[in-house]
Amino acid sequence: MKITNEVVEKHGLKIEEYSKIKKLMNREPNLLELGIFSAMWNEHCSYKSSKIHLKTLYTKNKNVIQGPGENAGVIDIGDDDVIIFKIESHNHPSFIEPYQGAATGVGGILRDIFTMGARPIALLNSIHFGLPENKKTRNLLNGVVSGIGGYGNCIGVPTVGGETKFHKTYNENILVNAMAVGLANKNKIFYSKAKGLNKSVVYVGSKTGRDGIHGASMASAEFDENSEEKKPTVQVGDPFTEKLLMEACLELMKDNSIISIQDMGAAGLTSSSVEMAFKGDLGMEIELDKVPCREENMSPYEMMLSESQERMLLILEDNKELEAKKIFDKWDLDFVVIGKTTNTKKLTLSFNNKIVGNIPIEALSSEAPIYDRKWEKKKLPLKKENIKKLKKVSFEKSLIKILSSPNNSNKKWITEQFDQMVMGDTIQKSGSNSAIIKIHNKNKAIAVTLDSSADYCHAHPITGGKQVVCESWRNLISVGAKPVAITNCLNFGNPENTKIMGEFAETIIGIKEACEFLDYPVVSGNVSFYNGTNKKNIYPTPVIGAVGLINKITKPINRTIKEEGNIILVIGKTFGHLYQSVFFKEIYSLVEGPPPEINLPNEKNNGEIILKLINKKLVKSVHDVSNGGLIVSLAEMCFSSNFGIKIDKPKKLSNIFEYFFGEDQGRYLIEIQKGNLSIINQLLKENNVYHEIIGITQKDNFELSGEMKININDLYKLNNKWYYNY
Amino acid sequence: MNSSIIVFPGSNCDRDVKVALEKLKFKNKMVWHKETELPKSDLIVIPGGFSYGDYLRSGAIAAKSNILNEVIKAANNGCLILGICNGFQILIETGLLQGTLLRNKKLKFLSKNVFVRVINNKNNFCNKYKKDQVIRLNIAHNEGNYFTSPDHLKKIEDLDLIAFKYCNSEGEMNEKFNPNGSIDNIAGIFNNSKNILGMMPHPERMIDKVITGNGDGVNLFTSLLN
Repeated sequence: MKITNEVVEKHGLKIEEYSKIKKLMNREPNLLELGIFSAMWNEHCSYKSSKIHLKTLYTKNKNVIQGPGENAGVIDIGDDDVIIFKIESHNHPSFIEPYQGAATGVGGILRDIFTMGARPIALLNSIHFGLPENKKTRNLLNGVVSGIGGYGNCIGVPTVGGETKFHKTYNENILVNAMAVGLANKNKIFYSKAKGLNKSVVYVGSKTGRDGIHGASMASAEFDENSEEKKPTVQVGDPFTEKLLMEACLELMKDNSIISIQDMGAAGLTSSSVEMAFKGDLGMEIELDKVPCREENMSPYEMMLSESQERMLLILEDNKELEAKKIFDKWDLDFVVIGKTTNTKKLTLSFNNKIVGNIPIEALSSEAPIYDRKWEKKKLPLKKENIKKLKKVSFEKSLIKILSSPNNSNKKWITEQFDQMVMGDTIQKSGSNSAIIKIHNKNKAIAVTLDSSADYCHAHPITGGKQVVCESWRNLISVGAKPVAITNCLNFGNPENTKIMGEFAETIIGIKEACEFLDYPVVSGNVSFYNGTNKKNIYPTPVIGAVGLINKITKPINRTIKEEGNIILVIGKTFGHLYQSVFFKEIYSLVEGPPPEINLPNEKNNGEIILKLINKKLVKSVHDVSNGGLIVSLAEMCFSSNFGIKIDKPKKLSNIFEYFFGEDQGRYLIEIQKGNLSIINQLLKENNVYHEIIGITQKDNFELSGEMKININDLYKLNNKWYYNY
Repeated sequence: MNSSIIVFPGSNCDRDVKVALEKLKFKNKMVWHKETELPKSDLIVIPGGFSYGDYLRSGAIAAKSNILNEVIKAANNGCLILGICNGFQILIETGLLQGTLLRNKKLKFLSKNVFVRVINNKNNFCNKYKKDQVIRLNIAHNEGNYFTSPDHLKKIEDLDLIAFKYCNSEGEMNEKFNPNGSIDNIAGIFNNSKNILGMMPHPERMIDKVITGNGDGVNLFTSLLN
């Protein structure tokens, strides 16, 4: 086949990129080689638009064993235990085929974790859909939730947390981000860097089929009205085989036969072989005739570009093939030596005793294009509306409307479709500030959480970027965990648009600032550009997955009210910021103005003092204040506790809507016993932490003096209604 | 007491049961599905999970595996057999227990903590519980909707072969507290001689108070030691 401009464009490559390929090759590539370039040079694999920005992120401190650049990030949690974790997007496939797209998203991220020698111990997901009334939403929601559950439940890793949001910006481009967290031994971490000459390159796992060919290229383009036709590029998941592959790999990892290991994720055999060889500064020869195929007459092009799931590439030490094969035989998985490492620094592919492709490894990786795309700064939006001039509304009705809205309703309908308890170490599951997972057989635990704030990021990306990092920090603090590190999934529109690129660049600035200040590094992540359809881009949606450490797990702390007659304190100052708030959006359909400001010194100080109070066992329950402000957070503390609260009106602030629905940052609510008030007061004063009493816990009723009084169970029912009726 | 846990490709609660048994001082062995002999066992546990992926009817392939022939022989010789979740589905498929497990009434996978009432405590599995005691266990399944013929239902009622029924915290058993649509709220049943128990809820998930705040599953295992 002659490589025409049309063929080049069909591969998602620009004409100038093709010229660069010819220069690097010193000749015209053949179709197979062109396909390989397109797989490696697309946005999804090459990070060509994001690389220069990602480099600026805060990625190292004493707890980080491995930062970005490997299959996943690795952090030290003491006693030779390490936590390996990462988040990844599967937005494009999930929009085209929700069940399989979401399922294989979970499968892919799990492989990234056990590839490094970790047993996965938790899964989380952040899923964003269009508005519920959009005709596609119901089907997408059902499919995605079933797909996530179908994969995680079957493989037997608990799905313990996440978030589900609805917003018009995702009407034609949903987001499905999955995070996996694994536990490994510090001395048994496996990397993808190849080492040594003439070492066997082994293919293990499922057979290669024609599914997912050019999946990564699809994920590097916008959708249009013909997107449905891309269904064949979505992979099909087989969680059963993944379970076998996971057990077989972890069994093989017990001895010292593996030199390096890499899962075949996006761009399949191509990216795994190139990455391993590139990191080891080596070449690789692959005999494609040996690749186990699911279908007949598969061409080298199809084999190299298939994204069939549940496959791995290993490089083994000499003479270890037989023993290793025994393990894979036991698990009924393919195990085939398909090639060897060489010193040519080339990827050499043969088929039917002929060389069918021969490409310098560097041309595929380090020589891949990097773009410093133009971008625009975004100004902080002005404060226009004033609550005092808006139509008067009832406080109680507003609260009920918010608590029963799709975004703020209880998500049990979703989380009950996920096995949250398998593996027997789930201390706290979804529906809390953070999930808590016990380290198996030890007296410590990790806390994990996932957060995003698209409206804030859209209004002002720098502030939004900071906010979402701080939100995850607060969620970890609220369960008594010391925040350790984060992973980020950066979902954005088309980077060739200067406004979108600006959103990306500025969000990164925000994330970086917050991470640096809080000593809270980014250790892994994923960028997903081109989220949009027909030039309509989604709001910038960075999703932050975070891990914290609880050194001694005796009595985990949660947000549920424990006793009658206790005092509820607000930590952090309330200014009444209603711009970009849930209240403005749900009650007045107003989405405008600046997002709430982030004050990093206060954030750090408030978080640290809360952790101190928890460790001194001075608090009964803790909840951070986020979407919906104080009143929504107070209601959440009462739900499932059977207790209510008698809330006092603030003395200083004149407007109760501003006070109770304002979304000022860096705040927490704590429940304390009356007898501890003076000692807590003193501790807070010593540390210059602003605080005030907001109410007293009581039986049954959720009450704001003079404004509303409602039975807490009735309020909880309203909070649960939406999903079951949708 | 010697116990064996049968491990199929796709089992995923095998480790959880092992942790529970070992914590409660059972001498436990893991037995791979391709084995043709069982170690000496007083108790055989068929754990939860998705044996062989459950791509066919749940438990159908596992019921035809090598080791199941041995389990059936042992069962007929009076060995104690406990099937949890997928294990219950497998026991049904082998015919060791009767009835069938249909898809949940809402056609969705369901994972939550539920209350169950101990209906029969005069057997090897439940003697540490009080009769009609309400305990809290976790369920996580897609096909746990127990169904059987009116004749068989009458028989298991008459012979007191129902182990657990779904209920509320007060022990009330009705449709409102039935998570998956099981006939008569049935959560677990025995065979005629009560040496085999199949149940959908997971007792092994409720053995550590630090983790779940609840140790309601412990007595099921300690009953066996009695």
